[in-house]
Amino acid sequence: MIDLQGLLSYFTHFAIMAGIYSIFCLGLNIHWGYTGLFNIGIAGFFCIGAYTSALITIPPPTGVYANYVTQVFALNLPFPFGVLGAALVCGIIAFLIGIPTLRLREDYLAIATIGIAETIRLIFHNESWIANGVRGISGIPQPLSSLVDPRNYNFIYLGIVILIMITVYILIERGIRSPWGRVLRAIREDEESASMLGKNIFAFKMQSLIFGAIVMGIGGALFAHYNKSIAPDTFTPLYGTFIIWVMLIVGGSGNSKGAILGGFVIYGLWVLPEFITRYLPVALQSRAPYIRFLIIGIVLELILRYRPRGLMGEEKHVSRLLK
Amino acid sequence: MLEIKDLRKRFGGLKAVWDCSLRVEKGSITGLIGPNGAGKTTLFNLITGFYKPDSGEIIFKGESIHGMLPHNIFKKGIFRTFQITREFNKLTVLENLMIVQHPQTGENIWNTWFLFHKVKKEEMVIRKKALEVLEFVELIDHRKEYAGALSGGQKKLLELAKSMMAEPEMVLLDEPGAGVNPTLMNKLIEKIRALSKEKGMTFFLIEHDMDLVMNLCNPVIVMSEGRKLTEGSPDYIRSHEGVLEAYLGGQYGIDPQ
Amino acid sequence: MLEVIFYGIIYGSIISLGAIGLTLVFGILRFANFFHGDLMAGGAYIAFFLITGPLAWIGLPGEPFGTTSFSIRMIIAFPVALILVAGLSVLIDRIVYKRLRQKGTSSILKAIAALGISFIIRMLIYIIWGPDQIKYFAGARRIAIHLPFQIKVRPDELIIIIIVTVLVTSLHLFLRYSRMGKAMRATADNMDLARISGINTERIIIWTWGIGGALAAAAGILYGINVALNPEMGWSFLLPLFAATILGSIGNMYGALAGGLIIGIAQQVSTLFLKPTYKPAVAFVILILILLFRPQGIFGGKQS
Ligand SMILES: Nc1ncnc2c1ncn2[C@@H]1O[C@H](COP(=O)(O)OP(=O)(O)OP(=O)(O)O)[C@@H](O)[C@H]1O
Ligand SMILES: [Mg+2]
Repeated sequence: MIDLQGLLSYFTHFAIMAGIYSIFCLGLNIHWGYTGLFNIGIAGFFCIGAYTSALITIPPPTGVYANYVTQVFALNLPFPFGVLGAALVCGIIAFLIGIPTLRLREDYLAIATIGIAETIRLIFHNESWIANGVRGISGIPQPLSSLVDPRNYNFIYLGIVILIMITVYILIERGIRSPWGRVLRAIREDEESASMLGKNIFAFKMQSLIFGAIVMGIGGALFAHYNKSIAPDTFTPLYGTFIIWVMLIVGGSGNSKGAILGGFVIYGLWVLPEFITRYLPVALQSRAPYIRFLIIGIVLELILRYRPRGLMGEEKHVSRLLK
Repeated sequence: MLEIKDLRKRFGGLKAVWDCSLRVEKGSITGLIGPNGAGKTTLFNLITGFYKPDSGEIIFKGESIHGMLPHNIFKKGIFRTFQITREFNKLTVLENLMIVQHPQTGENIWNTWFLFHKVKKEEMVIRKKALEVLEFVELIDHRKEYAGALSGGQKKLLELAKSMMAEPEMVLLDEPGAGVNPTLMNKLIEKIRALSKEKGMTFFLIEHDMDLVMNLCNPVIVMSEGRKLTEGSPDYIRSHEGVLEAYLGGQYGIDPQ
Repeated sequence: MLEVIFYGIIYGSIISLGAIGLTLVFGILRFANFFHGDLMAGGAYIAFFLITGPLAWIGLPGEPFGTTSFSIRMIIAFPVALILVAGLSVLIDRIVYKRLRQKGTSSILKAIAALGISFIIRMLIYIIWGPDQIKYFAGARRIAIHLPFQIKVRPDELIIIIIVTVLVTSLHLFLRYSRMGKAMRATADNMDLARISGINTERIIIWTWGIGGALAAAAGILYGINVALNPEMGWSFLLPLFAATILGSIGNMYGALAGGLIIGIAQQVSTLFLKPTYKPAVAFVILILILLFRPQGIFGGKQS
């Protein structure tokens, strides 16, 4: 017998998670797809965004519970402040990373972003006064949760995710289809030639880095409020960076629609084997997540080899203002 | 307009430009010739901030532009084209031209969100101008193609089109004629003359095609081994012995008639 | 303090082995090889497989000599693992990079492919050997020899230094005196020039991968002997490896050697006042400082 209710709630869960990942993809697409910035430290922005929003919105601990948590602050502000705070902090961090790296070769940026992501994770891991160390933060409040029965809450959250995704999408599309985006794409193609046309390469790359990081920070915030609890080990390079790269490359870098599509397709590919691995021998079951990552890694290599454009590559004529 | 004093640039042990001094007068169409490896392209790269000079001075409109970043030199009014063309491969031909316009309101991301209508209107104007230029250089049919898909000659035309789009005070053209068909080249020569006469633009161009140089440029500067060898009217250059020698010493001989 | 520096040198010499391979690949193939750390892990695990698998089945004794971690099995497994990982690197090049080279793919896409391969290798390790830490020999053998200046050293650590010295010296001799080594250095200097002067660049590339892979495997095994094996070891070496490579100027083997030692000592000294878990962050901070103040590295002439 098919459990319709269960199926529906499963799909809602799926759509929320895929939607959040699509937002990361949109952010990465600004960096990589349009500007050629090689950021492999998405997990760092993911982590910072999630923690910032959590600390801003969570109420100060009370009663016995207060003995078990330590955190720099717990501001108990509404959800929008959390999201804005996450965006702001990620923007600032991106700015700081950009200063030493954006004038250098592109692979240096990549190495530096790996470093920042690892360092951020280590800090949250070790410095328990910031956000409770390894045990992380739980009880992160959910927006509008008093409106409906908790069992149906996910529908509301899905609405919020979609709303934010569309807003981000529109802001990106406007920027990209305008002269601003044209300069970014020119920098991606040949930055020396772009600088001969009077474009300040460093400034444009910095704007792109910050904008993308802000989008990633928002994604992190959305994740925190959905999951309700976060810990440093959530933000590993696998879940926080690698899978998002595969999503973008499979979907088609240089195309915001492709980024969203990639988010949904790869998230689907990621959860689908969950049903299959159930039937694996018991010995292998505990290793199922690794088998799923292995599949995703192989998909990446195949796409790079046979279809580097992805499912939906860049459109030919991008500098076309909407309508 | 442009004055270069004792400029030096070496690559490792190679003295690409050595104690080079020369002037380009305002409104002139100055030619720069010399055998392969004379340092002509390197000189352009030094002027436009692409390379940093080891020593010497570069003065543009009475102001030193030595050591400035390329985008700031562009803003002073110098535009250059490349000998080996450098178009933005995955931008369309039209986009390659539209990006040249400077400044653009829509290059500020806030404006694309909050001054959308102004950006859009400006974009229409830029587009119209770009289409006119494309019409002129006969690339209009290719406007929607990726610039990377053009043929070598067409890429040269695109470089020229960019300089027409930029309308700077001074244009540095590095071998604009190579690979462009003669009828079209004549048309471009007319255009360069017109721009120089009507708008007072200054041209400084490297060319190996002697007919083109002698026909279009005055004065002509000869470079050899990183220095200025001599300078004068086309007739003077044609009869100058050292020039011939420099060329024969190089890889290419020219036919002095 | 001296003792800490000494441990830093041991740890640093392992980083150096990895960084030398990385710098050769970076210099000759011109992309950031993000799976180099995972080749180290791969080597360590392959050696573990050989020791517990085939070499045990044919009945070789697994008892280590004296108070070291080296048994007959380890002495055989070590070179075999080096050869296997060298072969694996060449295989990856043949399957993935040869084609990307022919298509003229940008160095960034090559780096992304490397990132993918790094995850594939790591996932295979997780699937086959599981997520837990593994030791080559259960039971700690921590009997130390006392050296002057109150330095206590385990026999294993002395052997590690000897092995690293032998490997680095033979590589030095190879690059200096053999035809292939000279050609490799020429290619690292200028690929196009090397090609037009008749050097067979494809053969050089194979040698580069082979040497890089073998050194990585050696580094991984030595780390496994000194500390332990875990699937994330390759990733946690990535930052120290790149920091050492860039510090020593890309393409410069001696720079990578020095860079590795410097990073190793710095990481070890940092444990005097920071939690040891911050070691990768220390490498990162050094990396950022280099990028800010001397991006061409200490041995680099001009900025590229
Ligand atoms: N980036 C560089 N690195 C090393 N050497 C260079 C570099 N650029 C130019 N050179 C060398 O400097 C010398 C001058 O080169 P340049 O390109 O300026 O000559 P040119 O006069 O433009 O020649 P052509 O007529 O062939 O275009 C040549 O020997 C060239 O090989
Ligand atoms: Mg030239």
